[in-house]
Amino acid sequence: MATTTAKSTYLKGIFDSSPFILVIIPFASLFGLVATEAGLSVVETLTFSIVVIAGAAQFTALQLMQEQAPTLVVIISSLAVNLRMAMYSAALTPYIGAAPLWQRALAAYLTVDQSYVVSVAEYERRPDMSIALRMVYFFGVVTPIVPLWYGFTFIGAYLGAWFPDGWALDFAIPITFLAMIAPMFRTLAHVVAALVAVAVSLLAAGIPYSLGLMVAGIVGMMAGAQAELWQERKRGRAE
Amino acid sequence: MIDKTTLWIVIIALGIGSFFLRFVFTGFVGSRAMPDWLLRHLRYTAVAILPALVAPQVIWPQATGGETEPARLAAACVTLLVGLLSKNVIAAILSGAFTLYGLLYFLG
Repeated sequence: MATTTAKSTYLKGIFDSSPFILVIIPFASLFGLVATEAGLSVVETLTFSIVVIAGAAQFTALQLMQEQAPTLVVIISSLAVNLRMAMYSAALTPYIGAAPLWQRALAAYLTVDQSYVVSVAEYERRPDMSIALRMVYFFGVVTPIVPLWYGFTFIGAYLGAWFPDGWALDFAIPITFLAMIAPMFRTLAHVVAALVAVAVSLLAAGIPYSLGLMVAGIVGMMAGAQAELWQERKRGRAE
Repeated sequence: MIDKTTLWIVIIALGIGSFFLRFVFTGFVGSRAMPDWLLRHLRYTAVAILPALVAPQVIWPQATGGETEPARLAAACVTLLVGLLSKNVIAAILSGAFTLYGLLYFLG
């Protein structure tokens, strides 16, 4: 049997997240473009992406700043969009919590939707993976993502006004997220969690500062957990 | 125009705040075991948050000023359907993009 080496694990991480290259490029370029159109310099735009690396929160901040919202509101709303990162952090903890602190700090900086989704899926598939290999895999996953996020923010900002209008790049985000979600519906509980979260998010769309998203996420997670318990009880009775 | 002082305050605060959110569990909880009920909820983080994030954008896209639009709605449905059937992220993204641009072109 072939042994799993650090190198093959790293390469598998790169391979598994490579589909997201197609998404990161338009998404990062779009942020660069939108930011420069809002009056940011190329350096400011790039710094924004390097310091924050969170597309949705960056777009939120940019929009609110353009609307001249109070600074504190801009910060709190954008962080609310990023609250899901705390949930990703919690979800990653059982797998990588025992790694050295500097690796956890680096992984924390690099925790984005894609690295969380791809890594947790692999950790679930291979429960026997060592902590060291899990970290190697995680860093493999971010390799095709994070440098491109910086690079294409820069290119988008640099190209600025030459970017054609009407490309509907706004929809790159929903399509990516939907494509990422679809393979995750493994059990009835996953489907219940998603349906409840969608229903609540639509009902709560009027709650200001993206807080409706957090309410929907938490209610969805509770629905998923309850559905899982219900399925376990049903299975228990059948046996 | 965005005020430069505001901009830098926002960038720095978001940088620190976002890092804190990402580090709060991996960093501070570390290798301590987390309770079953919490793990049971965390299993559903992504399938709850991401659909909740996307749903309003699909139904009321910002680009159209919040008007429900057939091309974007169809693209979202096709992406989800192809993703569910093929379990292939890239196939789902490409068919969604194809649907979006196809319908935007034909519907003008």
